[in-house]
Amino acid sequence: MRRFNKIFTFLVFLFLYIPMILLVVSSFNQGTDMAVWKGFTFSQYGELFRDRSLLRLLGNSVLVAILSSLIATILGTMAALGIHAMRGRMRRIVLGVTNIPLTNPEIVTGVALALLFAFAGTMLKINSILGFWTLLIAHVTFNLPYVILSVMPKLVQMDPDLAEAAQDLGCTPFQAFTKVVIHEILPGIVSGALMAFTMSLDDFVISYFVTGSDFVTLPVEIYNYTKKPIQPKIYALFALMFGVILLLMVAMNLLQLRDLKRRRTKLTQRREPSR
Amino acid sequence: MAKELIRLTNLTMTFEDGETILKGINLYINDHEFLTLLGPSGCGKTTTLRMIGGFLTPTSGEILFDGQRINELPPHKRKINTVFQRYALFPHLDVYDNIAFGLRLAKLSEREIDERVMEMLDIVSLKGFENRKVTSLSGGQQQRVAIARALVNRPKVLLLDEPLGALDLRLRKDMQNELKRIQQAMGITFIYVTHDQEEALTMSDTIVVMDKGHIQQIGRPEDIYNEPKNAFVADFIGESNILDGIMRQDLLVEFFGRQFPCIDKGFARDEPVDVVIRPEDIDIVPADDGHLCGTVTAITFKGVHYDIIVDFKGFKWLIQSTDYQEVGSYIGIRLNPEDIHVMKKSEYSGMFGDYSSYSAEYDEIAEGGEDEE
Amino acid sequence: MKSKWLSGPYVIWMVLFTLIPLGIVFYFAFTDGAGQFTLANIQRLGAYLPILLRSAWMSIFSSILCLLIGYPVAYCMSKASPTRQKIYYMLIMLPMCLSFLLRTMAWVSLLEDTGIINNALRSLGLSPLPLIRNTGAVILGMVYNYLPFMIMPLYTVLIKIDRRLIEAAQDLGCNQVQVFTKVILPLSVPGIVSGITMVFVPAVSTFYISQKLGSPGAVLIGDVIESQFKGAYNPNLGAAMSLILMALIFLCVGLMNHFSGTDDEEGVATL
Repeated sequence: MRRFNKIFTFLVFLFLYIPMILLVVSSFNQGTDMAVWKGFTFSQYGELFRDRSLLRLLGNSVLVAILSSLIATILGTMAALGIHAMRGRMRRIVLGVTNIPLTNPEIVTGVALALLFAFAGTMLKINSILGFWTLLIAHVTFNLPYVILSVMPKLVQMDPDLAEAAQDLGCTPFQAFTKVVIHEILPGIVSGALMAFTMSLDDFVISYFVTGSDFVTLPVEIYNYTKKPIQPKIYALFALMFGVILLLMVAMNLLQLRDLKRRRTKLTQRREPSR
Repeated sequence: MAKELIRLTNLTMTFEDGETILKGINLYINDHEFLTLLGPSGCGKTTTLRMIGGFLTPTSGEILFDGQRINELPPHKRKINTVFQRYALFPHLDVYDNIAFGLRLAKLSEREIDERVMEMLDIVSLKGFENRKVTSLSGGQQQRVAIARALVNRPKVLLLDEPLGALDLRLRKDMQNELKRIQQAMGITFIYVTHDQEEALTMSDTIVVMDKGHIQQIGRPEDIYNEPKNAFVADFIGESNILDGIMRQDLLVEFFGRQFPCIDKGFARDEPVDVVIRPEDIDIVPADDGHLCGTVTAITFKGVHYDIIVDFKGFKWLIQSTDYQEVGSYIGIRLNPEDIHVMKKSEYSGMFGDYSSYSAEYDEIAEGGEDEE
Repeated sequence: MKSKWLSGPYVIWMVLFTLIPLGIVFYFAFTDGAGQFTLANIQRLGAYLPILLRSAWMSIFSSILCLLIGYPVAYCMSKASPTRQKIYYMLIMLPMCLSFLLRTMAWVSLLEDTGIINNALRSLGLSPLPLIRNTGAVILGMVYNYLPFMIMPLYTVLIKIDRRLIEAAQDLGCNQVQVFTKVILPLSVPGIVSGITMVFVPAVSTFYISQKLGSPGAVLIGDVIESQFKGAYNPNLGAAMSLILMALIFLCVGLMNHFSGTDDEEGVATL
């Protein structure tokens, strides 16, 4: 039974990874058709780096991802602190609103924002309102709940006396936050920010509805690419992203592992006789 | 010596949900005093403490500190420090930085900070632990860091909210002595919150017994134990048999159809009263010599003594004695005038002091949960 | 207690960019192009009912498939050594961070009539199979894309189950199967609920997967909404469809939460 389960798990991972492996392999293929191997080459990578517009789109995506996750992290952390202090109905309502962008399908969020921006465009008499700013607003909007939901549990776990202890020892409420509370919830803030960043970097559906032709992000452009016969340099781009994200994840895991080991040695120290 | 430091007048507290926790507290606290707020969970003792610390603003009433009204003064501006129930040490700082936290905020020179932190580490016997992570310390050690962190700021008053609640029994006893020693060495006021009557009796100069948002009695530990004001206090502090009686005249009280000489006076003639008899004050004698006679229904070995339940005409008493009595045997008891304590009737009359539902775990009944508010 | 007001900017943001936009969707659904009140958009939805139902059953079917596939995987992950768990976790997270458009494209070239699988079949002398442009391919695409969203919450719930509960169950006489059906399965219900929600919602509203893998005639509700905004521009009809899609989702998610007894404060938040 256990062996069956292991084999099954292996097969599922194979299922998940075959298309990705195929894309990576295709990035080294001389031909344009994924299904036909025409020989090994690096030329797709050369093509990719010569394609200024594609790199600019990548830059656009990174810019929006950094800005929107930054704004969402600040607003979301403040919001989590506020919600944490709320009780009863007010708390339920705010948490309910927080859940809307999470439960709502992306297409509805995208359409709703597109309608809002179109409405705002006619009100403000701006012809093509869709672009960088509308994209940024949309990304902040769908990032906010992720930040809040990763900061909230840290606040709940935190000893509620810590902030009071800081004030008791002479901190103003603001100092109590910067000197004590932030250290406790930092892991939540960081993971919220990271999640927001990746969500934003990878978002297609919402971006697709709220951006115009002036400011396009990479996923939206990839969509346009996949409508035509696809250019293999896109595979090279995918392979690079695959590599970068894999490296980042491995690095993060190794850091965590080292941290864990250090903590474990601390625990053994504690058992030594003291005094 | 007895200079007044803190005064609470008509303090009330009603929370947002409409629950009234404090219903008019009047109390003054002297400089250098070790004062304990004692009561079951939900009695309002922690609320009172948090108001003195500045974490809650009273709904009405006044808090005076050195004659100044401090109702709305935020915690960081008060010369008061707190030792929290679960210590609330900052996990991201080591022992040294935890203790130095308040001094750094006060912008003292690093040299002075170092001197004072080291001095405090010595007082709480934690020399050599400065660079340890607080999370790597045992409960007792964390406790002492919390005390050092508060005391290093040289507050006028130290508030302690059930600081020993999380420690095991042995450590708790040690820390009780330690706390008393520190308080005397530093010469500052301690306001201590606990639900543990023994802790209160051991350490305090003054005990304030609270229940349901009211102060039930204020006094020295001996007075509280020997002269409880009502059935609640008598029951909460130690064990008590509480009986209905009638004060026939000064120095003479009647219960169980028999008149006993006592040492209380100042009651109206024939006034109904509560009579308290401590289980350890009762002398067991042969049935023929007893003022009252009854049948032993249960006996439990408690180490130093036996707990004996004796049925007197359907009312069960607890008697503590070093002598074994057979279950079913018919015995007598004698009561000396100083063993009988007479109290005025109160809202608590008839609620306590009957051991009919006695179980061997009666000690735990009064303690209940530790969390309140 | 004044720290409540820290969420002020957030609340304003959410009102402006979540609540008001939904209000506008309502407004568009009940007006015509000239801004006049009309029920015509809602009435026209009747014609799209088969599409809505098809979207619903295909995504429900995909969710169940994801659960059946994802549960053993999550279970296996939760039983692995801590280092292996980290690796598994990473392997599940990785696809979620990479363009789903390209990953779906890769499936196209696998399944196409001249794709890798059929080429392989041909070279083995077998006749090619119709693997693409049908319902099965769309369901495959849904399962492939959203399976990680099922495994994650299941795994999170499963690793939190206290080992002592399992020992207690064994102590009380459960065999391995009973331990699973009587303890582990009931305790993983919150993970199942949030996993199904996280698969169902994007699956029912998808438009890309069906465009690439489905047959051109059998569109899903997401395709129709997309085309109202990007193709045949009729935002009023599109808004009405969005509204009905939202209603469908809230109905399904609400029913599921109701019958599983989980309340949704943390329902979607297990990720």
